[in-house]
Amino acid sequence: MTVVVFVESKNGNLVKAGLEAVSYGKRIGETTVVTFGDLSSDALAGAGTYGASKVLVHRGITEGNGDQLTQLVAKTAESLGADVVVLAQDQTGKSIGPRIAAKLGAGHVSSAVDVPDTSNGFVVKTNVFSGKAFAHVAVNSAIKVISYTPNSLAATKDGGNAPVEELNLDLGDNRITVKERKLQEGDVAPLPEAELVVSAGRGLKGPENWGIVEDLAKTLGATTACSRPVADIGWRPHHEHVGQTGIAIRPNLYIASGISGAIQHLAGVNGSKTIVVINTDAEAPFFKAADYGVIGDAFEVLPRLTEAIKKFKESNN
Amino acid sequence: MKLLVCISKAPDTTAKIAFTDGDTKFDENGVQFIVNPYDEWYALVRALELTETSGGTVTTITVGTAADDPTIRKALAIGATDAVRIDADPKDSFYVAKQIAEYAKANEYDIVLTGKETINYNGAQVGAMVAELLGQPFVSLATKLEVAGNVATLERDVSGGIEVVEVGTPFVLSAAKGMAEQRIPNMRGIMAARTKPLNVVQPVDCDDLTSVVAYSKPDEKAACKYIDPENMDELVNLLHTEAKVI
Repeated sequence: MTVVVFVESKNGNLVKAGLEAVSYGKRIGETTVVTFGDLSSDALAGAGTYGASKVLVHRGITEGNGDQLTQLVAKTAESLGADVVVLAQDQTGKSIGPRIAAKLGAGHVSSAVDVPDTSNGFVVKTNVFSGKAFAHVAVNSAIKVISYTPNSLAATKDGGNAPVEELNLDLGDNRITVKERKLQEGDVAPLPEAELVVSAGRGLKGPENWGIVEDLAKTLGATTACSRPVADIGWRPHHEHVGQTGIAIRPNLYIASGISGAIQHLAGVNGSKTIVVINTDAEAPFFKAADYGVIGDAFEVLPRLTEAIKKFKESNN
Repeated sequence: MKLLVCISKAPDTTAKIAFTDGDTKFDENGVQFIVNPYDEWYALVRALELTETSGGTVTTITVGTAADDPTIRKALAIGATDAVRIDADPKDSFYVAKQIAEYAKANEYDIVLTGKETINYNGAQVGAMVAELLGQPFVSLATKLEVAGNVATLERDVSGGIEVVEVGTPFVLSAAKGMAEQRIPNMRGIMAARTKPLNVVQPVDCDDLTSVVAYSKPDEKAACKYIDPENMDELVNLLHTEAKVI
């Protein structure tokens, strides 16, 4: 099968969720990556390492915008006669994936968590009911668009060199004007693609106490998150809120302290591979969803855990 | 301002998730259905706020059967002007988007609003597809919306932060948390909703591009392993050797 994978670029690099999508595409067929922006040849070579056999880059677009990106991917898929289009289901993917599908007349599967089963048709396993179930979705159209859930499968570096070609397509106008962009600072992974997440809730008692959460996150190389009440009362920024109404995540490790684990919170984090819950209340519902539980005071346990991680990292270096 | 809000029903967030007919259908037995929270709290309420300050109408549209009427009446009780139901049992997101786009095309709205996703199928597809089918711009994951004349200013979630964007009407948006606060319908609204128009419209033909073959549930989690709060070295060791996540 001919596969086209869209990979977003940020700050001169291909994003991690996109590179996972490349490995995903390679498991379906011969994969061509389409990306955009001012990317170095080193950055573009990464796509080959993750399994692309060819990389197409459009340098005329410098920042992601739905109108032009939809055109970019749809036109590339048409010109290559693609059978399958894959993109990561992050914020950009949600904005363009279904549009690309509608443009191509393709069936669209969102929240895919595994590669398609082609033993009888083309069936993709997807996350539904906020992580409480899977749907196995058959795609009946000739062209298929799959939005892949980041962190579902490991990216594999078993590819080689991929030639890079410049694309010069006319992509039309952007009808949406970006007036301002406020992005988080630093090189911490954004929440949807973070592998390690340290989260805290009302049990921390006030925003001034977040130092111990940040210390642990920094030591681990993790991204910080929070529960809904904490974002609602303004202790933490809204983009950190994970749960049903916030961001749904599925990191390898989710450490939650001072969060009771309401069903709406679990809906956003129950895809995490390993969950550690720290809470003073042994009856907190979150322990039922946890792999490891610590019944104790976050103010004592978190610094202790940070020290233990430091010790572990030193002895492993 | 003429606004169209897409409304879907969804099981209550605490509903038990089970399947019947050889795991091919969601088991609706004993399930309480609500208006999908993203459609109601964010898209519908913001649409009402806008028309309350600058005039206009808010029409809701639902692709569903008569079983959807109670949730549609709820949306009318919250304050929508009138409602449309496309009489069909939808099979996938494209089918829904196609029906909505056909109706919207014939009736010309300034803004079509959807929730960012439903809490049952979590597809996050309908809004984007409607925009493409209408040939209109799409603002995904909008958390703020202000309209002045025929220009709208929105805030939206993008990976790792937010964007402030400007777009001319007509356009389509998907609404996320932050757009508005939940409204509880009052008795007057509930009474008024009984007599507001709910127009039932026949669907247009549309192929099923996708179909659910089966549902399955994740493996049961093993019981939680409790660690002595004094011994975080043990937790680190387990995360490294057993869970293999660090």
